Amino acid sequence: MIVTNVETIPGKTIVEHYGIVQGSTVRAKHLGKDFLAGLKNLVGGELKGYTELLSEARDEALQRMIEQATQMGANAVVNVRFATSSVAQGAAELFAYGTAVKVE
Amino acid sequence: MTRFLLQNLDLTLPLFLLILGYISGTIAERRHYRSIEKREQKFLSLPAVTLKEIPDSNQIEGRLVIGNAVISIDYFKRALAILRNIFGGRVASYESLVDRARREAILRMKEEAAKLGAHIVVNMRLETSSIGRSANQKRQIGSVEAIAYGTALIKNNQT
Repeated sequence: MIVTNVETIPGKTIVEHYGIVQGSTVRAKHLGKDFLAGLKNLVGGELKGYTELLSEARDEALQRMIEQATQMGANAVVNVRFATSSVAQGAAELFAYGTAVKVE
Repeated sequence: MTRFLLQNLDLTLPLFLLILGYISGTIAERRHYRSIEKREQKFLSLPAVTLKEIPDSNQIEGRLVIGNAVISIDYFKRALAILRNIFGGRVASYESLVDRARREAILRMKEEAAKLGAHIVVNMRLETSSIGRSANQKRQIGSVEAIAYGTALIKNNQT
């Protein structure tokens, strides 16, 4: 599965479009991480726990998007975008979407 | 002296946190900026552009690369920002925070691209997320979360 965020796959030609595929994940941290982040908040610096959470969330969202594309029979996803939204108090959503295509 | 400090804990604790936040925050920021500048020098040969143009060639492969960073504010900066909220104007203490998060995210993306052997990253986009803010109901934790992503172009001589 080739994933890019430009309209084409470099070096390949798109032979078929399958439409939009998307993947999203809603995440929250456990209390312990929140507490540690609160402590770190006093002294400043990078919040490693949150960085980790963010990478996990975007990997998961990408993975779900790729799964959906595979089900459609696509072998690449182009023009991928990331978006974030807060769906409810206490949770946040990371959202990835793109166009599933078949390339040769 | 100790007794005085303990008796006025409601006053001395915030003061202590302010000083702690100022010292550690300044050190963390200075160290981070030094590290960012050093790594930016290293990746000068691997530019990231927001253009979409791709040289039309069969010898090139594209891969999505992502980098993210979450940078926290410190107690002192938050106090400054609250003061600034009263008078209005530039919140300079937050500006450096956003700047650091974005540059760090871009650098991490470039690191990933370098691992793949890419020579340029095209169509780079920056996104700011809000996991920390909404996952934290009381909204005590102030942080900037940046995601940078783009397409790494890799020269492929085999195909």
